[in-house]
Amino acid sequence: MNMKGANILIECLLEQNVDTVFGYPGGAILNIYDALYDYAGKIRHILTAHEQGAGHAADGYARSTGKVGVCFATSGPGATNLTTSIATAYMDSSPVVFITCNVNGNLIGKDSFQESDITGVTLPITKCNYLVRDVSALADTVREGFAVARSGRPGPVLIDIQKDVTAAACEYEFLPIEQHFTRGRLAKLMDHAGLKIPEPDLDDVELLAEMLRESKRPLLICGGGVVRGRAHREFRALALKLDAPVAITVMGGGGFTGHDPLKTGMIGMHGSQASNMACDACDLLLAVGCRFSDRVTLNPSSFAANAKIVQIDIDESEIDKNVRTSHHIIGDAKKVLSLLLERLDSFEPDPEEHRKWKDYVFSFKTETEYDDPATDTLTPKQLLSAAAAILPEETLVTTDVGQHQMWAIQHFKFSYPGQLITSGGFGTMGFGLGAAIGAQVGNPDKTILHVTGDGSFRMNCNELCTEQFYRLPIITLLFNNSTLGMVRQWQHLIYKERYCQTTLDRGPDFVALAGAYGLNGRRVRSVDELSDALRQAMAAREDGVGSIIDCHINIDEMVRPMVGGDSHIADFMLD
Amino acid sequence: MAEKTVSKAKEAATRYTIAVLVDNMAGVLSQVAHLFSRKGYNIETLAVGCTEDPMISRITIEIFSDESRVQLLCNQLRKLIPVYSVKLLAPAEAVRRELVLVKLNVADRLARDEVIQICNIFRASIIDITPTAITLSVIGDERKTSAFEGLLREFKILELARTGIVAIERGPRTIHDDRKPE
Repeated sequence: MNMKGANILIECLLEQNVDTVFGYPGGAILNIYDALYDYAGKIRHILTAHEQGAGHAADGYARSTGKVGVCFATSGPGATNLTTSIATAYMDSSPVVFITCNVNGNLIGKDSFQESDITGVTLPITKCNYLVRDVSALADTVREGFAVARSGRPGPVLIDIQKDVTAAACEYEFLPIEQHFTRGRLAKLMDHAGLKIPEPDLDDVELLAEMLRESKRPLLICGGGVVRGRAHREFRALALKLDAPVAITVMGGGGFTGHDPLKTGMIGMHGSQASNMACDACDLLLAVGCRFSDRVTLNPSSFAANAKIVQIDIDESEIDKNVRTSHHIIGDAKKVLSLLLERLDSFEPDPEEHRKWKDYVFSFKTETEYDDPATDTLTPKQLLSAAAAILPEETLVTTDVGQHQMWAIQHFKFSYPGQLITSGGFGTMGFGLGAAIGAQVGNPDKTILHVTGDGSFRMNCNELCTEQFYRLPIITLLFNNSTLGMVRQWQHLIYKERYCQTTLDRGPDFVALAGAYGLNGRRVRSVDELSDALRQAMAAREDGVGSIIDCHINIDEMVRPMVGGDSHIADFMLD
Repeated sequence: MAEKTVSKAKEAATRYTIAVLVDNMAGVLSQVAHLFSRKGYNIETLAVGCTEDPMISRITIEIFSDESRVQLLCNQLRKLIPVYSVKLLAPAEAVRRELVLVKLNVADRLARDEVIQICNIFRASIIDITPTAITLSVIGDERKTSAFEGLLREFKILELARTGIVAIERGPRTIHDDRKPE
């Protein structure tokens, strides 16, 4: 069928079973928005306040549903506004396809109005990107872009389309998604390192099984790969089989249920004592889908110095990148763990050795025990305990970045992949609200809790209009300490209390702001007020109204424990 | 202090030749080159050209590195979607050549004769000659071309251009083997 490029693009989205797009229109992308007009009912477009918010929403949608997120933006500033959301998705391996339009082909390279070389800009922050100059290449490029985003280790892809390409027409034929790999360049990409799921080497698996049988002090790390690969069942089965303690990275939250007594808590800079001490003493460290970021390893040369380190990862380029391993298996976490479990079927850990090891590990604290101060100010722990008690257990949590993020991850018990959505790699303040919007759109029946701080929230709170307009009843729990808390914590501990430019003693009045956006706002100063506000927020959900609960906490609250950057993992700066 | 560390690191490092097959497409070279810079490598030489398949280009890059880091870099390269194959070429098992063009100022006959003799020894060719200038070309690995250049320094070098090393494996094995499953 002869069709305009803009229609071909939308048809290609339908091939991918896309029914939701986040975005923001503009001059160069007008043809696509014009075509979208004809597809009302098939594709739902969520209009945000800013392209960055749309990007985070598509990311939150992808992480919470396991589907590929889609985001539209126009040329120039529209496209560059996406860069922070693209980098956020890239660092956390989230599959999002960003579609931007550029100026007409005859205007490219002439510094035309709203022109930007967005494929050049996003080169280091996309898994792959494309500039489509010819309408006949459009359909196959979109098919390839989705396949790249979703396959192997997932990641963001940007497809930039010249405006004249969206207006030009050519033949388009529907191609079912199962047949995409049979055509064109995609057929050749089947075996590509960026797309294929490597078959685990069975000898490698057997060797690992042998190492696990011999280990007297094993420690497992649940990384983001367990979450992305939805390998949580296999991972738990392995932990139970080995009866081994499990440390969880920030990205691994939800990959291993927080309710399990084998959980030692978070590992790394703000890791629990149990996790970090276990890491220091274990004889075998098995990391699944974990890339050993500097926030996990701190000083890589002394990291797990008494252990053989084994890495299971889908991405070969992560092996030995940050720490040297003794053994590794390249493959999909789910597949590798299933193969491993088969080989460990008859294995029983030595009860005596394991009891000694577990007694040692669990003699340290797995959770942070904050001493509640005698003041009547709310503490982070009180806040999170109240939220956990009142909100439904399967509540999906998105966070921004900073102290509130660490507190939320330390305190909440996540029990399924996608229950925690946080910017772990890029550390993007302002991620949380956009992500919450995407998560609520993708999971209309779930309660979405957006945990944020006053600094992060102010960065992208313009998206409250999106929350209100689409009746997304997100509950925002705002840790308001009138400071950039995490930065202040570093200034306190490392910079001799020289609090330069971190005090946020200014507006807005967040309750009034909620009112201005037509949302439910409450300021709380005690646990009783908070519990009441949370119940009110749950009731407002029934009416499709979101809530902001502005919780005032002490400016000097700190995230504990803490190990300094590049320090030995067991040398706690703060207990 | 920082400079010292860098030069020391460079001494300990080995020269590696990496051959990469990529889509013959705009932007791919910058994508590959960018990977080296963002992983902190300085490219020593770089040569790009078409292969027997006009849709595929071959990029040959030489860098100083150590074994483990260069393997990581190859894995990173393989992940780039427009990259088809990556092969680390061991010096003993590869033929490495570059072409150097040199323009010299040789005003008198004696000097010219001497240059012609050097050319004969190195199997260099004279590709252009005028009463005052002579342009030579020589092919070899960097040891040969550097020795050639060293001898010519006695004369006045007006201009010098190198193509960068291209390399290919000895024997029947090819870069395409990298694409086949092990």
